This record gives sequence, C-alpha cells and structure tokens, in this order.
Amino acid sequence: MKKSQIILFILALLIWTFLAWPPDPQHLIIGILVSGFVSFMTGDMFVKRPHLFKHISRYLWFLYYIPLFIWECIKANIDVAYRVVHPDLPINPGIVKVKTTLKSDTGLTFLANSITLTPGTMSVDIDEENGFLYIHWINVRDKDMQKATEIIVKVFEDILRRIFE
Amino acid sequence: MNETIGMFFIIVGLTFDFFGCLGLIRLPDVYNRLQASTKCVTLGTCSILLGLFLFKGFTAAGIKAILCILFIILTAPVSAHALARGAHKSGVKLWGKSVCDKYAEDKGVNS
Amino acid sequence: MRRLRYFIGLIIIILIFGVIIFYPLPSLLEWQSVLLKRCFSILFFCALFCLWRIIKGPTPADRAVAIDILGILVLGFCAILGIPTGRDWYIDIGIAWALQSFISTLALAKYLEGRNFDE
Repeated sequence: MKKSQIILFILALLIWTFLAWPPDPQHLIIGILVSGFVSFMTGDMFVKRPHLFKHISRYLWFLYYIPLFIWECIKANIDVAYRVVHPDLPINPGIVKVKTTLKSDTGLTFLANSITLTPGTMSVDIDEENGFLYIHWINVRDKDMQKATEIIVKVFEDILRRIFE
Repeated sequence: MNETIGMFFIIVGLTFDFFGCLGLIRLPDVYNRLQASTKCVTLGTCSILLGLFLFKGFTAAGIKAILCILFIILTAPVSAHALARGAHKSGVKLWGKSVCDKYAEDKGVNS
Repeated sequence: MRRLRYFIGLIIIILIFGVIIFYPLPSLLEWQSVLLKRCFSILFFCALFCLWRIIKGPTPADRAVAIDILGILVLGFCAILGIPTGRDWYIDIGIAWALQSFISTLALAKYLEGRNFDE
C-alpha cells in the first residue's frame, strides 16, 4: 500500500460511516471491505501529492478560510437579490481576464469555485499554461487586467496558496 | 428552541430560492441568469438543509443533511462553470449592452 | 408605464403569498408543521418559474440552465418533506437526485460544447 492509497481509504471510510450513521459492526465491516477495494483499484488517481497532508498549518489556514468564504457568500446573495428586485435592473455585464499565480489543480479548482460564489463574478474558462482566468462580471468596474485582478482574485489567492501549494 | 431557529433558517432559504428563480425569469442573458440562479439557489438550499439538521439533531437524517451541504457547495459551481463554457463555445452571444468580451477576442485570435 | 406594471406585479405576488400562508390562522400548538406545509407553495412557484424558462427559452443553453436549477430545487423539496411527515428516507432520495442531476448537467454541457464526447 502506498501513502496516497491509505489517505484515500481513510476518506472513503469516513464518508461511509457518515452515510450509515449510527455506527455498528456490520456496516463497519462492509465499509472496510468496500473502501479497501476502491482505494486498491483507483490507486493514486485522486491524491497526487500525499506529503502535503502532514503539515498542521494548512489545516489551520483552512479553518480560517471557511468563515471568510461564508461571509462573502452571504454578501453575494444580498447583492444579487437587490439587483433582481430593483425595477430598472442595474446590471453592466462583461467578460474580463485576470491573472493568477496558483499552479496546482486543487488550488485552481478551489479558486474558481470561490470566485463563482462571491459577489457578482462567475468563472467561464481557465487557461492553465499561462495562468489566466476568464471571468463574467455582472457589474464591470474596470476593464484593465491588473485592476480587475486586484479587485477579484486578491481576496482568496494568498490564503489558497498557503493551503494548497 | 432548536426548532424555532430551524424554522428561521428554512424561511430565509425559501426567500433566497424565490429570488434566484425570479432572476431566472427577469434577467436578459444566459450568463446573467446563470449567475443569479446559481448563487441564490445554492445558498438557499444549503440553508434549508441546515434547518433540517437543526430539527433532527445528530440522527441519520441530520448527518446526511450535512453531507448534502458539502456536496452541493462543491458541485454547483462546477456545473455552472461547465454550462457557461459550453454556452460560449456553442455561440451564444452576450447581451447587447455588455461592456467587453475578452474571451471572444482571445479565442478569435487563436483560431 | 414599465414601472407601473412592475409594481402591480409585485403587489399581486405579495397578496398571493399572504393569502396562502396566513389565511386560516393556525392554532398556537401546531403552528410549525402547518406553516411548513404552507411554505411548500413557495418552492412550487419556483419550480413553475423554471418550467416557464424551459418552455420559453430562446436558446438550448437557457433550457440546460433551467434543468440544472430544477435539480437543486428538488433536493430542497425532499429536505422539507422530511420534517412534517417524520420519515427519514426522503433525504436519501435527495442525495441520489443531486448526484444524478450533477452528472446529467455535465453531460448536457459537454453536448453544448462541441457535440462530440471524445476529447
């Protein structure tokens, strides 16, 4: 067993235990068999860099990331509700291009998800080689690449680099 | 006490769901509709599931509600992203009063 | 003129919801379950809006967006149904529906993108 397979086994067993919640021996035995089979078959497809799971500071930064994300999400919802209910529809849409410095797949996925759930922005496409993100913005404040990067990406990029890079 | 807080969360979630579907009707363009409906309906349904968790406590249904919240937060933005990319590649234009479209400019140069 | 139409529509919507939710006032003992059953109508109207967008939508992308949103709304239906009836297996239906809806949305997006599945 490699290290990534053991991590995948633990994750699968945890999700199985939550799905069959009051834990009893029958369900646990079946869960151990099934998740062992799954982690043996898929190998290291999901967990590419298992050495990152050892650092404690990444978990702490992740705990700091969750309340920030929830707060931005609530702000986004109130913003969208205001724009929808207003009689004149105060929108000013457009697709802008921003630059990011994250490299890993997981980091880019989390960055795109966070951008989609924060106020007024939605990611349309990712150019992985050059690190460009194309973003649909419901209220374009600046067409320039540098200033748009400062407004949209800077909120999450530092924290996500500390977690996933 | 828990049940009253759960009722509050469920009513907030229903309100946001309604605003999201109103945005699906009123906004003028595929991308704007996708933005409004994805944000509002995702947070609204998460709030309803949190209310269910407060009603049921740590039983089987409550734990499954927490798993559902995690699943929705991870997958709803991914499906919105895929739909926006597919719509742009299939040739849906932006709204007439849009400001700029950098994506079409770059793709036009490349292809 | 446009603003007048907007306000008339807003007043009609608020009146409909007020009548549905508050008309026979529930007694103080069982107000929670009665209110939950009546709040169901809001989700019903949301699903009706999605169906309107599926029928009317000018491009195929609009219809795909409405189907995606309808899939998440059904999860909300299942979650609320579990409370006043007291049956726990509704949330199981919700989990299965959410998985199915996510995969079908990805397939629809792939179909919109280039009409070939192997890339």
